[in-house]
Amino acid sequence: MLRWLIGGGREPQGLAEKSSVQTVGEEQTQNPYTELLVLKGHQDIVRFLVQIDDCRFASAGDDGIVCLWNAQTGEKLFELHGHTHKITAIAPFSSSDAFEEKRHLIITASADRTVIVWDCTSGRQVQKVSCFHSTVKCLTVLQRLDVWLSGGSDLCVWNRKLDLLCKTSHLTDAVIFRLTDSNNESEGWNVLEVKRLVDHQDNILSLVSVNDLTFVTGSHVGELIVWDALDWTKQASECNFWDSSVHPDVQPEIKLSQSPNETSVQHLTSDEEYVFAAVGKGIYVYNLQMKCVIACQRTAHDSSVLHIEKLPNRQLISCSEDGSVRIWELREKQQLPAEPVPTGFFNMWGFGRANKQANQAAKKMQENTPMYFLELVGDLIGHSSAVQMFLYFGELGLATCSADHLIILWKDGERESSLRSLTLFQKLAQNGDLQLKL
Amino acid sequence: MISAPDVVAFTKEEELEDDLYREPPLPEEYSVPLFPFAGHGANPWAKVAGSKFTRDFILISEFSEQVGPQPLLTIPDDAKVSGTFDLNYFSLRIMSVDYQASFVGHPPGSAYPKLNFVEDSKVVLGDSKEGAFAYVHHLTLYDLEARGFVRPFCMAYISADEHKIMQQFQELSAEFSKASECLKTGNRKAFANELEKKLKDLDYTRTVLHNETEAQKKANDKGYYTTQAIEKANELASVEKSIIEHQDLLRQIRSYPYRKLKESEFHPYEPECALDRADAGCDQDLAPSDPAEPGETHLYTHIPSYTPKLIKAKSAKCFDKKLKTLEELCDVYFFTQTLDQLHHIERTFRGDVCYLLTEQISRALLKQQSVTNFLFEDVSFLDEKPPEKQYRGCQGLGQDAMDGKCLEESLTPKVVVSLGSYKSSVECVPIKMEQEMEDSEEPKMSESVTSEPQENLDYLDADIKGSISSGESIEVLGTEKSGSGLTKSESQASLPVMPSPQAGRSKVGSRRTVSEDSIEVLSTCPSESLIPEDFKASYPSAINEEPYADNDDERGLRFAPRLSPGIADEQDDVSKQESLVQVDAACCIGKESPNFLEPLPELGQKPCEEDGVVRIPPQPYRAAEQGLRGGFPAHDSVPGGLLPYELDSRYLSGSREVSKSSLDECSDSTSYISSAASTCSDRTPSPAHPACQAGERHRKRAGQNALRFIRQYPFAHPAIYSLLSGRTLVVLGEDEAMVKKLVTALSIFVPNCGVYAKPVKHWVTSPLHLVDFQKWKLIGLQRTVSPAGVNVLHALSRYSRYLSILDADSKTLRCPLYKGTVVARLADHRTQIKRGSTYYMHVQSILTQLCSKAFLFTFCHHLHLPISEREPEESVVNRRMNFLKLQLGLANEDVKIVQYLAELLKLHYIQEPGRGGSPLLRFDYVPSFLYKI
Repeated sequence: MLRWLIGGGREPQGLAEKSSVQTVGEEQTQNPYTELLVLKGHQDIVRFLVQIDDCRFASAGDDGIVCLWNAQTGEKLFELHGHTHKITAIAPFSSSDAFEEKRHLIITASADRTVIVWDCTSGRQVQKVSCFHSTVKCLTVLQRLDVWLSGGSDLCVWNRKLDLLCKTSHLTDAVIFRLTDSNNESEGWNVLEVKRLVDHQDNILSLVSVNDLTFVTGSHVGELIVWDALDWTKQASECNFWDSSVHPDVQPEIKLSQSPNETSVQHLTSDEEYVFAAVGKGIYVYNLQMKCVIACQRTAHDSSVLHIEKLPNRQLISCSEDGSVRIWELREKQQLPAEPVPTGFFNMWGFGRANKQANQAAKKMQENTPMYFLELVGDLIGHSSAVQMFLYFGELGLATCSADHLIILWKDGERESSLRSLTLFQKLAQNGDLQLKL
Repeated sequence: MISAPDVVAFTKEEELEDDLYREPPLPEEYSVPLFPFAGHGANPWAKVAGSKFTRDFILISEFSEQVGPQPLLTIPDDAKVSGTFDLNYFSLRIMSVDYQASFVGHPPGSAYPKLNFVEDSKVVLGDSKEGAFAYVHHLTLYDLEARGFVRPFCMAYISADEHKIMQQFQELSAEFSKASECLKTGNRKAFANELEKKLKDLDYTRTVLHNETEAQKKANDKGYYTTQAIEKANELASVEKSIIEHQDLLRQIRSYPYRKLKESEFHPYEPECALDRADAGCDQDLAPSDPAEPGETHLYTHIPSYTPKLIKAKSAKCFDKKLKTLEELCDVYFFTQTLDQLHHIERTFRGDVCYLLTEQISRALLKQQSVTNFLFEDVSFLDEKPPEKQYRGCQGLGQDAMDGKCLEESLTPKVVVSLGSYKSSVECVPIKMEQEMEDSEEPKMSESVTSEPQENLDYLDADIKGSISSGESIEVLGTEKSGSGLTKSESQASLPVMPSPQAGRSKVGSRRTVSEDSIEVLSTCPSESLIPEDFKASYPSAINEEPYADNDDERGLRFAPRLSPGIADEQDDVSKQESLVQVDAACCIGKESPNFLEPLPELGQKPCEEDGVVRIPPQPYRAAEQGLRGGFPAHDSVPGGLLPYELDSRYLSGSREVSKSSLDECSDSTSYISSAASTCSDRTPSPAHPACQAGERHRKRAGQNALRFIRQYPFAHPAIYSLLSGRTLVVLGEDEAMVKKLVTALSIFVPNCGVYAKPVKHWVTSPLHLVDFQKWKLIGLQRTVSPAGVNVLHALSRYSRYLSILDADSKTLRCPLYKGTVVARLADHRTQIKRGSTYYMHVQSILTQLCSKAFLFTFCHHLHLPISEREPEESVVNRRMNFLKLQLGLANEDVKIVQYLAELLKLHYIQEPGRGGSPLLRFDYVPSFLYKI
C-alpha cells in the first residue's frame, strides 16, 4: 500500500521491513469494534485508565489532569485539576459501606509528592496529603481492610479518612519484594517485612496475583517466577525462556539487536489457569498447572507490548508502543499431520535452557495435551503513538489511552447503532410523535 | 431543487415521449404545463420584448426640491442594465404618486414645527408604454436644511414582468422595508447629530449676540434704544426661539424609537455587525434619554471636537445651496448597509418569476423536512432564510387556532370549529364596510386578471384610466386611493353584502382598519363590476360557499367541516355580525404578518381540475406552507410530522404516489406553476437560491467539475460510494489547484454530519490523524517529496483502513469494491446532462431519494426493535435486511449507504439541541482494491 502510494524507487528501506509481525488483513470479521470516539482532554501522555463503575472511567497522565469519562457516550464528566506534576499512580477506592450509599473515590498520586482523594460523583477534591518525602509511585487499595497503601521510597498504610496508620522504614531498592503488605492484617497496623524475595536478578516490573495461594512476578531481564503466597517459596520459574539463542530459527541479526528491553516482562495478567505475559514484543501464555508456556507470539507487535488483558471469551488484547491494539484468540491447534509444528515453538518452553531433562519430560506431556496458538483476530489502529494502557468495558467497548494525548473509545458499531435506534424511538415516544395525528 | 434552469417550455411531445414513459413522471407540483397560447404562435417570452432594459434592477430616486424627481442610483450599477430606459422619466412617474399624507411644519395647534414620522408606502406601478412594472417603496428622510425638514425618496424594483412584481409583492415589501428601515435609522442618527450641531451653533450665536447687546447697552447711555440695538434684540429673540424649536425637534427625533416600539409593526433596524464606536455611543445616548426632557446633558458629549459657528440671521432655505447627498443624509455606515441590502434584494429576485416561485416552494418543503434536510442541503441555504418566514407560517397556524378558539368561545359555543367558519367570520369585519368589501374582492380580481393575461389587458387599459390621476401611460395598478374612489359605491351596489368565504384576503381590509399603516394593496382591477359574468361563475371563490366546504373536506384538515349558517345569510343578521366584529377585531390586532394576502390553496384547486388548464398564477410559497399544515403537524421538534407508518405505505407504493399523497395538500396550491408564470421571463439567468450567488456559482462549478470527474475517471463510482457510505476520501496530489478542483467536484456527494459546515477540507499539507477522519469526509492532501511528505504518506498507509485514497497524479483509486446501482444512476458517465447546475440538481434529486429511503429505514420501529419481547435479535436483523433489500430495492453496497445515512439521521435526531455531540467515526473492516484508469 505504501509502496503504491510513494511510487517505485522512492521508498525508504525501513518502512516496509515488517515481515516478522503477523498481520491481519483489512477484512476482520471477528473484530467487533467498528465505531470509535476520540476523547480529547489531556495535554500530555495519558498513562492510566481506571474503571470507576460500570460506565465511568478515569484517565490520568503526565499533564497532571484527571479526567472522568462516561464510557457509553464518551462525554467528559469532570476534569480534575489539583496536581502540579505528572500523575504517577491512580487507584479507584469505592466504599461498599452498608450505612451510606456507595461512594466512588479515586486516589491519585503525583510527582509533586502529593496524594489527592477525589469524589467521582461531585468531581471535587475530598482530601489532599502532601507529607511525602518522595514521589508515591504506587497505590494499592485493600478493599477488604478498607485501607490503602502508598509506595514510594517508603511504604505507608492509610485508612479511608486518610490517617496514616503505619509506615515502613526506608525501602532501599526495588528488589525487595513488597508483599509484606498483605500481612498487615494484624492489630495495630504494623507493617512487617516478612521476607525478602531476592531471586530476581533485575528490577521487577510486573506482578500479578493469580489466586490466594499464588502470585507471579516478572522482571526486566525476562525472568518469570511463580511464588507461593503462603510460605513465600518459589514454585516455579521461567527464566530466559524467550531468549533468542534457544531458538535456532531466529535470525542472527535479530539476536544482535536483542536488548534487555526486549525481554523484559512488561505486564502480566492471569486467570485461574494461565498467566499471560507481555514480554518484549511478544505475548506468552504460561500454563500454571503444566508450568510451561503453551502458546506464544514472539513478535506480536512492532514494538514493546505495554499492557495485556484477558477477555472472558478466550480472547486476549494487547497494546504496544507501536500504537496499535491487537486482539488475539487462544485457539486449540488442530492436530493435523500436514501442518508441521514449528520447531522453535517446542524449544522455548521449559524451566531453563540447561534443564534438558525437564525439557524432554515436558515434551512428552505436550503430546497428550491439546496444543494452543494465538491467532490474531483483529487490530485497532487509531493512535499515532504508543498505546499506554487500555480498559475493557465489556459490551460498552474498549478505552485506550496513548502518548498522543488521546483516549479512544472503541465500540461495537452494530450494538451502538441499535442503541441509537432505541434512543430514537424513546425520544419519539417522549415527544408524542408516535401517535398518528389526525 | 429539482427544477432545472435547463427546462424550457416544452411544446412538442413526439420526441421525448419515450423518455417520459421510462422515467417516473415528475411530481405534479414540479411539472411544467404546456404553454396555453402556443397555438397562436406566441413566444412565451415575447412579452418582455417591449421593455427597454435588459434585466430587473433597483432604482433609487429623489423628489428634489430643487430639480424635481431625479434618479440617484441603480442597482446593479451598470449602464447596460437600464439600457435605453429613461430613468429620468420613470423617476418622475414613480415619484409623482400621491403616496402619503405627511404633514410637516407648524400644525395649527402647536407652536413648534412638528416632525411627522411617516410610514413608508408601498405601491405597484406599471408603465405599459415602457414595458416596465415597478414595486415602489416611498420613504422620507429628514434633513434640517430641506423644506419642511423632509426629503422624499423612493426605492423601486423595476421589472418587465408584471406578475413577478405582483407575486413577489410580500417578499419585496419585506425586503425593501428592511432597507428602508436601515436608511431611516441612519438618517435619524444623522439628523440628531445635525440638530445638535445646529443647537450648538445657535447657542454660540446667542452668546455672541447677548454679549453684543450687553456691550451696546453699556456703550449706550442715551436712554433709548437705537435701531441697531432693537435689531440685535430681535435677532437674539429669534435665535432663542430657534433654539427652543430645535430642541423640540431633537426631542422628537429621539423619542422616535419609543413611539415606534409600541407599534407592533415596527422592526427596528439592527445592524448585524458591530457599529463603530461613535454609533454605539450614539445608540446608548439615544436609548436612555427621556422624551420628556430633551437630552441636553448629552449635547456636548458627542462631538467634543466640534467648534460652533456663528449663524447668520437670515440663513433660511435658499436655492443656491447644495442639498445633502443620500450618503450624507444617513451616515456612511448605514448607507453601505442599505446598499448591501439592496444588492441582496437584486440578487434574490433575479430571474424568472416561475423559477423564483419554484425555488421558494422547494425551500419551504425542504424546511419542513428538518429530519433529513441537513444531509445534502446547503447549510447556508437552510439557515439563511430569514427566520421570520418560518415564523410567519407557524404564527399563521397559531393564529388560526387561536382565532378559531376565540370564535368558538365567544360566538357559537357549541359549534365545532371549522376552517370554514373561521374564514367566513373573519370576513365580516365591518368596521368600514364598503372599504372592506372592496378589499376582499380586489385580490380575487387580481387573480382572475393575471390568470388570463391577454383578456385582462384589454379591459385593463380601457377601464383603469378613469381612476388614475398621474398621467397617460402610467397605470397605477393598485394604490388604495386611486381604486377606492371609483369602487366604493359600485361594489356596494353590485355585490350582495356577503363575505366571500376565502380566508385571509379580507384581512387586508380588517388589518388596514385596525392598524394605521399605509400599505397600498395592489389590485389590477378596481371594481368587481368589471368581472365578466361567466368568469365569475367559473370562479368558485366569489359567491358560492359550497365548493369551499367541499374543499375543506377534501383537504382533510383537523377541523371538522362546517357551514356556518348564521353567517352564510348574515344580511339579516347584522347584529350578530356586530358582536362578532368586536371579537375579530381583537383577534386581528395581533396579526401583523400579512401572510393572508395570498389566497388560500383551495383557490387553485377547482379550476385546475375542471378544465385541465391551469389558470391560477403562481402563488407565493406560503400558501404551500399553509397547505402543508394540514398534513404535517407543524411542531418544531416534530419535523415533518413523522408519521412513519403512514409515510411508509405511501413511499413504498411508488414514487408517483409518494409525491401525490404526501404532498397532496400542498400540491393543490403548488400545481399552478402555470403558463401565466412562464409567459414572462427575465432574460437574465435565474439564480438558484436567492441571496447566495456565491453558493450558486459554487454549485455550478461543483456540478461541472463533478460531471468532468465522472466522465474522466472510470472509477468514479467506488469513489462516490466511499463518500456516501461515510468513508473518508483523500484526494492526494501535488498540484493544489487540481486537488481542490477534484475536492470541489466530489463535495456535492458528501452527506453532512450535522448542521455544521460540510465535512470537506480542501487542502491539507500536514500528516493526517484519526481526528481528521472524524471531522472530515473529504480531504485534499498535498503530496510532497520532502521527508515531511513521507510522514504524510506514512500516516495515510497507517490509517488506510479508514480511508479511500484517490491519487490525482497517477490517477488511481484505492477503496472498497462497489457493486450497487444507486451510484450508477447518480454518476452515469454517459449522461446527457451538459450543464453543471443541472447535473447538480440531478444529483440532489437522487440524493433526496436516498434520504427518503434512509428516513423510512430509520423511523420504522419494527426494523430496529423486536416486535415482541421474545423475538430474537436475529429475526430483527433479518427483517431489517429484507426491508433494505426487498422493500427499498437496494442492492449490495447500497445498503451500506442507506445504513450510514440512517445513522446520521439517528445521531441528528437524538442529539440534544444545545450540544454538538461528539462526532464518531464508523468504519468497516473491508478490503480495499486498487483501481487504475
